[in-house]
Amino acid sequence: MSASTVAPATRSSRRGAGLRRASRIPRLVGGAVITALVVLLAVLGPLLAPHGQNEVVGVPFGTADGLLGNDYLGQDVLSRLLNGGRAILLISLLGTALGMVLGVLVGVVAAYSGGWLDEVIMRLNDVTLAFPQILLALVVLTAVDQPRAWLIVVLVGVSHAPRVARLARGVALGIVSRDFVVAAEALGEKRSRVILAEVLPNMNAPLLAEAGLRLTYSIGLVAALGFLGFSTDPNAANWGQMIQENRLAMASQPWAVLAPVLVIGLFTVGTNLMADGIAQLADRGDR
Amino acid sequence: MALTSADQAAAGRVPPGGIDITDLRVELSGSAVDVVDDIDLSLAPGEIVGLVGESGSGKTTVGTSLLGYARAGARIGGGTITFGGRDVLALPWQQVRQIRGEEIAYVPQDPASALNPSIRIGRQIVELMELRGLGTPESRLAGARAGLAEVGLPDDDEFLRRYAHQLSGGQVQRVALAMAFLPRPKVLVLDEPTTGLDVTTQGMVLQTMAELCRTHGVAALYVTHDLAVVANIADRVAVMYAGQVVELGDRDTIFRSPTHPYTRALLDAIPHLSHARALSGIPGRTPAPGRRPHGCRFHDRCGYVVPACTEGVPALAETAPGHQVRCIRADEVGPWDISRGLVPDTDPGKPRDVILSISELDVCYGRKQVVHGVSFDLARAEVVALVGESGSGKTTISRCVGGLHKEWTGTIEFDGQTLGRGSRRRSVADRKRIQYIFQNPYLSLNPRLTIEQIVKRPMELFRIAKGRAATDKVVELLEQVALGPAVLHSQANRLSGGERQRVAIARALAAEPDVLVCDEITSALDVSVQGSIVALLESLRVSRGISMLFVTHNLALVRSIADRVQILNGGRVVESGPVVQVMDSPQDDYTRRLLASSPAIA
Repeated sequence: MSASTVAPATRSSRRGAGLRRASRIPRLVGGAVITALVVLLAVLGPLLAPHGQNEVVGVPFGTADGLLGNDYLGQDVLSRLLNGGRAILLISLLGTALGMVLGVLVGVVAAYSGGWLDEVIMRLNDVTLAFPQILLALVVLTAVDQPRAWLIVVLVGVSHAPRVARLARGVALGIVSRDFVVAAEALGEKRSRVILAEVLPNMNAPLLAEAGLRLTYSIGLVAALGFLGFSTDPNAANWGQMIQENRLAMASQPWAVLAPVLVIGLFTVGTNLMADGIAQLADRGDR
Repeated sequence: MALTSADQAAAGRVPPGGIDITDLRVELSGSAVDVVDDIDLSLAPGEIVGLVGESGSGKTTVGTSLLGYARAGARIGGGTITFGGRDVLALPWQQVRQIRGEEIAYVPQDPASALNPSIRIGRQIVELMELRGLGTPESRLAGARAGLAEVGLPDDDEFLRRYAHQLSGGQVQRVALAMAFLPRPKVLVLDEPTTGLDVTTQGMVLQTMAELCRTHGVAALYVTHDLAVVANIADRVAVMYAGQVVELGDRDTIFRSPTHPYTRALLDAIPHLSHARALSGIPGRTPAPGRRPHGCRFHDRCGYVVPACTEGVPALAETAPGHQVRCIRADEVGPWDISRGLVPDTDPGKPRDVILSISELDVCYGRKQVVHGVSFDLARAEVVALVGESGSGKTTISRCVGGLHKEWTGTIEFDGQTLGRGSRRRSVADRKRIQYIFQNPYLSLNPRLTIEQIVKRPMELFRIAKGRAATDKVVELLEQVALGPAVLHSQANRLSGGERQRVAIARALAAEPDVLVCDEITSALDVSVQGSIVALLESLRVSRGISMLFVTHNLALVRSIADRVQILNGGRVVESGPVVQVMDSPQDDYTRRLLASSPAIA
């Protein structure tokens, strides 16, 4: 049999086999389903909402109207819940992505270069690590009048980066000393190519798991910022802000707080299960 | 003559102290797939039986089943192990536990992991004696000293106070032996206990073990992949293939007149210390449990195969007293001679055209100097072997030549030009013309890339070919290393160790090099795979005129592959010259010691 007849068959069947293998990991399937549901809720929510997000439908903290009652201004909680996900999810996702990219870059470069450069990078990293994540964001946010979405993304990303860098460096250290990296060096490959083609692809599993965890933290962070009143549009619904707005009536109108808490909780469980599952899948692929 | 199990079963007796395996079968749990099947073997007191097989043959499984143990994922599916009138496999677990270590002892492959790193050696031995109820609290320390003295270790307080990490590999293995022998077991299972030890250390450990077995009348099962070791210590040899014993006989019978085609193929694959040989491998790969062919399990790789071989599993039949063979053509395969495949040594007077010369090479790791003023050269189409034990600096030298190690002084001249320190300080042409092959093929290939990507990369990098033309060349190279285009799109982790090492060789060849630096490239591989890799390298040397720097600890292999040899000890060359001179009339004491400790078949 010649190579050309073998190749296409193996390529298409490999993709199919990958899906089939993925479907055999329950936590991956479960996580993906939960995540997809919450994302769908956030994306399609505005279309399904019975009322506008700033439309007053009854008395403040009333429980008689709608499925979940009213909030502190008499707005429909269900409608605000359906409207309040898009921004927070988008900002968290982008922030996480930015944090991962920055962190992995710093960590891998530190591990790969070694020596004094590694020391300098990692000690600087430790300094930034010393700031609590939310503090860093607050310092900047209080200085600006009206926070833009991109600013929050950058702040979330930057506050994640040093934590991701620690992990990425640790993982990369175990890989840069392996023979296939040394072999690429001996061939005279460019340093950037060694990092991108040889080192990075072998860090998939732990990095994916970390990304899932970081996404959880991002949502927490964005929600907390919303809770503290730092959101892109104070009038627009936002899951984090909703908790803050309605906490006074926890006893009489719990749904106004519980509903956004539950959705955020569900989403973090979903993404974490998925990240775990992907890590498992990558692990099995190695064997 | 040793009694066969059938005789003993008929007579209803078992030699006192010996152990008798009958019809043993171990399966993967939850399925009927056998790991080992139809094992009949008896060990007499004072006898050492070598159980030889390649990876995946089930030899370790048989070894541990003597202790009534199967590793996780497997279970003992049938058979009896008769020991002192009892069947070990039928006993309640409390009694099996009592027997393990006390009457049937086990020495693992990696003794360092069997010793507790945070307990001092003396304390560990005393604890073992407490556990086994040996001696009195007052006499145990003396007992521990006696045990250490028995295996030739120091028995002073200073030694007893050491931790496992303060001992050398050979010492650790001898401590493990001492602990195995202390309860005076009647049966001893040794699972490749000298793999990873230097030859001189291995020699001492083997000698100690053999003496103890004979003086205490212990029946020992020595599990190994190394035929040369077995040839030196075993009384009888059982050869395993794909979960079955294919041949069983006295040592001399197995090595002088092997009958099973697999045994013969194995012997054809191993190098001899006394003569150069043209080594050959066995085509195909060892089938994993569940993928073993019907009929005779070796038929798809066998040179003597006939249609009848696929029909039924041949029985292990007696061809001569004490010699059993599992082959339906045992009477037809004809005689065999161990000197088959011998080739003349390289003529020391052959003219040489030097391509690479190393002079006054010094290498330091931190403040410790590991290579001291090493000088030698390599000619075109020549193989120079660097031989030494661990710590001799042989790999360090090869890494300096290959550009993997940067900190050294001295000069390395390549084709008249001085080579830079480290690959980044060398010209593209130099990097292309010297290629390095690593010891461990499990680490040297990126598990995320396909074989095509791996082999194609040097061609792209050195602008030899690209695109479609490069793919064609990859296929050509894979054919050359006997892999074929089917692996093109597989990732490295789908391949066996031997196949991976072939890919690594193909990658090196893709750069069209003039010099190959081979760092112990066969030490992680089975002997039959080693045989085929050596044959491949030899054909490359002849057809392409490639020169090779061949790093190894195996002197027998040097005899078959190299033209010249450098013997290294402690970072210095102690003896060098044409292989035939150095090995037939060694001048240096260290060389003599190495040669004397190397296990030899013929």
